[in-house]
Amino acid sequence: MKVITANFVTCAVKECKTSPASFPLHFNDAELEQQELDFQPEFIRNVLPRIDWEALRTISNELGFPTLPDSKPEGEALDNEQTLKDLHRLLLETHVTEGKLTCGNCGHSYMIKEGIANFLLPSHLGEEYHLFLNNIIPHALFTQIASQIDTPGLGTGF
Amino acid sequence: MASQQTGEAYEQQNVHEVYQEIAQHFSATRYKPWPIVERFLTSLAPGAVGLDVGCGNGKNLMVNRDVFIVASDRSENLARIAMQHQPHSTVVADILDLPHRDATFDFAISIAVVHHLSTPARRVQAVAEILRTVKHGSETQEGGKILIYAWALEQKNSRRGWDKGDEQDRMVPWVRKGDQPQTFHRYYHLYAEGELERDIGNAGGRVLESGYEKDNWWAIATPKTAHDV
Repeated sequence: MKVITANFVTCAVKECKTSPASFPLHFNDAELEQQELDFQPEFIRNVLPRIDWEALRTISNELGFPTLPDSKPEGEALDNEQTLKDLHRLLLETHVTEGKLTCGNCGHSYMIKEGIANFLLPSHLGEEYHLFLNNIIPHALFTQIASQIDTPGLGTGF
Repeated sequence: MASQQTGEAYEQQNVHEVYQEIAQHFSATRYKPWPIVERFLTSLAPGAVGLDVGCGNGKNLMVNRDVFIVASDRSENLARIAMQHQPHSTVVADILDLPHRDATFDFAISIAVVHHLSTPARRVQAVAEILRTVKHGSETQEGGKILIYAWALEQKNSRRGWDKGDEQDRMVPWVRKGDQPQTFHRYYHLYAEGELERDIGNAGGRVLESGYEKDNWWAIATPKTAHDV
């Protein structure tokens, strides 16, 4: 998982979305790897306005990198090729290959394995449970639809 | 028994587990983005950041390298195939519980995904979840745009030959070729004309453009704002 990705993910639990503590997710036991990628200065310049700088600083500290400047490079600072190269290296070339991402609100941890973070929730935290709790989808409806699509003969005739 | 199952368990067995099994072969047959998808992605501003929900093997991640896409799939095997496409990124996630903040992204696509959800409420919920993640429009700023594709019921010239009035909920076979050919069945809900637009409306979206391409209904939409009636 690239470092830039941590700037665009949060906890998958619905109730955490409104809590500032859920972003950014916190890295634990992270194993890092550098993977070379063509340097495209324009890409960094264009994407940078969408980056949450405070979140990136937090993430960067947690991963053990030198502290980033207090404020996001803007204007003339973006003409400095070294600045753009450093950001390219941090955002796109630095990968977390193993570790955990933990929500500061609910405490749930998401595993990163072989470079992929898995955000699937255990069933007691997911949408199904949420809808059930709020009685938005009565169980009878699931049952009714499930039985319709399970009628004998379905899946034949192709 | 299916009658005891929730939608989630039903899809686990009839969609997710199948894609895990067929990931390699499925990927080998999916390599060209559809024209409307290509047009949508190439029209984005450089530096735009968005999502590809249900990215499959990541074929739509090859279209535009000037934007950044966080792709996700429910199948880890497919997500692993998709992660090769630079400069983007891929995670494993569920369309109903996306790990993304509200009103953050410039765009999102979900191509041939929502037709795998097995109840009407879950299909609307899926669209609502995608709409939740894109920027809301205001008088000074355009809202984020989403592009959704779903398999059409009206496809009488296709190999399947289904058409208006036919059964919309189906198990569709996938034959994995090889020394020992094996057939898997995936659940699909085939969208009737107007159904995708209706679901988007019910999910809190406003349809900007919609149409039919290669046996699929598609729509481009944005979150409704206070100005929309």
